[in-house]
Amino acid sequence: MTATVFRTRGLTRIYDTGKVQVRALDGVDLDLFESEFTVLLGPSGSGKSTLLNILGGLDRPSSGTVMFRDIDLTRLDDTQLTAYRRDHVGFVFQFYNLVASLTARENVQLVTDVARDPMPPEDALRLVGLEARLDHFPAELSGGEQQRVAIARAIAKRPDVLLCDEPTGALDSKTGVQVLEALHMVNMQLGTATIVITHNAAIRRMAHRVVRFQDGRVLSVETNDHRIAPQEIAW
Amino acid sequence: MVMRALDRKLLRDFARLWAQALAIAVVLGCGVAALVTSFGMYQALNESRHAYYERNRFADIWASARRAPIHLVPLVESIPGVRSVEARIEGMVTLDLPGRVPIAVGHIVSLPTFGPPVLNVPVMRSGRLPDPDARDEIAVNEPFARAHGFALGDRIVANINGKRRVLVITGTVLSPEFIYTLGPGALMPDREGFAVIWMPERAAQGAFDMNDAFNSLTVALHSGARIQDVIAAIDRLLEPYGGTGAHGRDRQESDSFVSAEISQLWTMTIVMPPIFFGVAAFLVNMVLGRIVALERTEIGLLKALGYSNATIAVHYLALAALTAIVGVVLGWIVGARMAGGLARLYARFFDFPYLILRASWTVYGISGLLALASASVGALRAALSAARLPPAIAMQPPAPPSFRRTAIDRAFDHLRLSQPTMMIVRSILRWPLRAAVSVLGLSMAVAVLAAASFFDGALDRMIWLTFDQANRQDAALILAQDLPEGAIDEIAALPGVLQAEAQLVAPVILRNGHLSKHVAIEARRPDADLSRTVSSGGRVIAPPPGGLILPQRLADYLGIAPGDAVTVEFLTGRRETLHMPLSATIEQYVGIGAYADFETLNALRRQAPLISVANVTLDPDATEAFHRAVKQLPKVAGVAMPTDARRSFQDTIRQNITITTTVYVTIAVLITLGVAYNGARIQLSERARELASLRIIGFSRGEVSFILVGETMLLALLAQPLGWLFGMGISWAFVRGVNSDLYQVPFVVQPALFARASLIALISALAAALIVRRRIDRLDLIAVMKTRE
Ligand SMILES: Nc1ncnc2c1ncn2[C@@H]1O[C@H](COP(=O)(O)OP(=O)(O)OP(=O)(O)O)[C@@H](O)[C@H]1O
Ligand SMILES: [Mg+2]
Repeated sequence: MTATVFRTRGLTRIYDTGKVQVRALDGVDLDLFESEFTVLLGPSGSGKSTLLNILGGLDRPSSGTVMFRDIDLTRLDDTQLTAYRRDHVGFVFQFYNLVASLTARENVQLVTDVARDPMPPEDALRLVGLEARLDHFPAELSGGEQQRVAIARAIAKRPDVLLCDEPTGALDSKTGVQVLEALHMVNMQLGTATIVITHNAAIRRMAHRVVRFQDGRVLSVETNDHRIAPQEIAW
Repeated sequence: MVMRALDRKLLRDFARLWAQALAIAVVLGCGVAALVTSFGMYQALNESRHAYYERNRFADIWASARRAPIHLVPLVESIPGVRSVEARIEGMVTLDLPGRVPIAVGHIVSLPTFGPPVLNVPVMRSGRLPDPDARDEIAVNEPFARAHGFALGDRIVANINGKRRVLVITGTVLSPEFIYTLGPGALMPDREGFAVIWMPERAAQGAFDMNDAFNSLTVALHSGARIQDVIAAIDRLLEPYGGTGAHGRDRQESDSFVSAEISQLWTMTIVMPPIFFGVAAFLVNMVLGRIVALERTEIGLLKALGYSNATIAVHYLALAALTAIVGVVLGWIVGARMAGGLARLYARFFDFPYLILRASWTVYGISGLLALASASVGALRAALSAARLPPAIAMQPPAPPSFRRTAIDRAFDHLRLSQPTMMIVRSILRWPLRAAVSVLGLSMAVAVLAAASFFDGALDRMIWLTFDQANRQDAALILAQDLPEGAIDEIAALPGVLQAEAQLVAPVILRNGHLSKHVAIEARRPDADLSRTVSSGGRVIAPPPGGLILPQRLADYLGIAPGDAVTVEFLTGRRETLHMPLSATIEQYVGIGAYADFETLNALRRQAPLISVANVTLDPDATEAFHRAVKQLPKVAGVAMPTDARRSFQDTIRQNITITTTVYVTIAVLITLGVAYNGARIQLSERARELASLRIIGFSRGEVSFILVGETMLLALLAQPLGWLFGMGISWAFVRGVNSDLYQVPFVVQPALFARASLIALISALAAALIVRRRIDRLDLIAVMKTRE
């Protein structure tokens, strides 16, 4: 069995909105592993994004622990969390989140400027099949292309983990598959532990591991013996 | 070097925001220009003066006497604290200049027989100083020689002490004592009509009958000497010889004017630039706050990518800094030109031998740093909020602003406002701070306009009171010495004279406790019609027998009110000290005097009625004959021409006011455009979706524009009263800054001028809103609705 990349114990996140307290995470115990492709499934509001944000060092739990390898993320201060994100984590978001005033290449460069051992932006874009779109601004790219730029940006730093929050949520089936292919390839070629949130149950079939969420808790964890290729997925 | 992606974003954002950035940069630039001009000139004038005084040994104390024996000089030298002493002969003469009809006046200053003067050393500009033994050689001040095109060797005729003498110009000079030269009764330097004449001591002794005597003393002190003690000691020594009171630099005429200008520049320095810097900081705050709100997700993204909070804060600060740099460069260019213009203006009034009238590099540096600092202060809040934004929150779109129904809403329900009007009101209530900041910024523009318009009203009032009411004579003949009142008939008989009135002048010290002031009491017959004492309301008040009338600010200075007694110490004649009641106060804007009844003053001085000045009105067709006749009169030491003084004062000041007003109006329009344009852009950016929705559901362009333009104009309207108030504050600060013994500027508030200020401000605001409105026409309805904010 491979080593764990994330280990959470009793992870709880409470949003205090004044009148009501929302328990977004309610005692999550979860182990995720190096080089694996993990899919997080669950109904809206079940706490998936909250978990991903905490794993990525964007947010802190109200209680419980998160270990990244042998680092306790809950003990890191702001500067250390920033360094953690910069050195280890790649993010892909549902709405691409590209900087509108920068070209595809420059959006990737945003990461390579601060990373320790980045690959050239052009290489990262080639990995996602966008070598012909280097100097296009986001407004000049399709949704799928924008999302692939976001993936290139996430992988350009050679992250240890790639966290994707509904990366295909805004895309149609065909472009969604292109994005999944890119993720799959990164996972295979670079061995990056990849965690993908999705509402699309079909995607679970390409994962090593599928985690189901419900009301801020882990409902089930299953492993896939027979993974299918992204091209075979359709929705 | 490869540019970092974040820096590219910075430059592209800056390029995209150019209009808004420029609007802010212009306001900042105004601040920089104002600072370079006012502080730069303040420093330059101050330092030029200081260097000039040091190098040419400007005296510390001046004293005059009627006729003091020369053996007093060693006694003055032995007063503790005195470093050097120079005894001189000074006198006023009338000049008959080739090709000039009106009389010119000369101020004669003697030059020591042995060696150059020790104090107030003249700077040789051409030729040489007169030969100590020559009887007819003189040096004159350079501006006078230039105004007439005199060359070395040219001759002028002077009427000295009743004798006409031909004098040869051997040289032209400048002196630290005469940086600003005013002829008698003049309000502006008149280089043609007034000369400073340096004459060898021996010649002056002969001319003024001052053998082995002097009537003027200049003294330099050791550093640390107590000037008051020295003045008192000199006064004691000179008293038996008709001493009229020694004084320091504060009452030296030329220096008073230079000082007044310097302190005005200082007032400008502390009033104007802070307004611009403040408004610019508000604008940066507003615009950057909006940008950070718009770029929430990008900020969150940068954080997710591992950019530190500090890097992100610096990124937004840099956006402000770029704007500031543009403003600084603009400000430097404009400031250098304005400072140059002011320096040229000064060159017309002030005579410095070398003009270092250029803003120093330090001033440029300071102005640049201040502009950068104010932009940074304005950016700080937005930059910090960007730094503090929790990354996870940043990734979510902001919740729609929470509008709540308030008591105000319920009040508005009764007004049945239209929906667009309701939207305007709600938006102002929803962002009260931003609305307040806009109102404040707009009110500053109104304030600047109101303050500018104030000068016009103040000048009109000064001229009205000083010339139309108080000094209505065409000419005042200043007699070489007091003459029996009968002399007035002689003057009335001169060609061209329509009316002649007698006036007695007596230099005195007014005292109340430890407070004292040197002034001249002017006394006229109660029925005098030409030179009169006039209350601020324009009512003529003749001084009652036995009483004294003082300008209000002199009474305030002495701490006395009508009914109180004041001690009057006569400095001439029997030098008696008396007490006189203050019977009334008047407003006096130019100079400072004291007024008494003619009979009273003569009686107090125990003399048969004497006159020292004759005020006359002239037949406009016979002025030439009048001047020709006066040039021959031995008893006249000088002539003041109030009508001419008024004309040159009015012309010069009007011209200056036109320049100032143009500058202020430009400035105010720029501020208004800056504030209103940015305000409207921010509104548009916040409301694009809302406005697009309105268009989609069928509102017309006009109705939608109304919301945008309406809010801007509502804020601009709210800014008006505040602006008037601030404007009055600025005018008040200016009035306080200018007030001196030389001038008092009346604080005149004219509603019509305020209305004009408001009109200009409102039109500029409307123009700014309409520029932004054009974007509504180009609003891409589909794109707006599709983009996620
Ligand atoms: N900033 C916040 N303040 C208050 N409550 C929040 C906040 N963010 C999330 N929540 C609440 O926490 C719960 C979990 O939210 P989360 O975003 O993790 O759900 P999710 O599983 O990602 O849902 P979805 O599939 O719709 O994205 C939800 O009930 C949500 O309303
Ligand atoms: Mg989610």
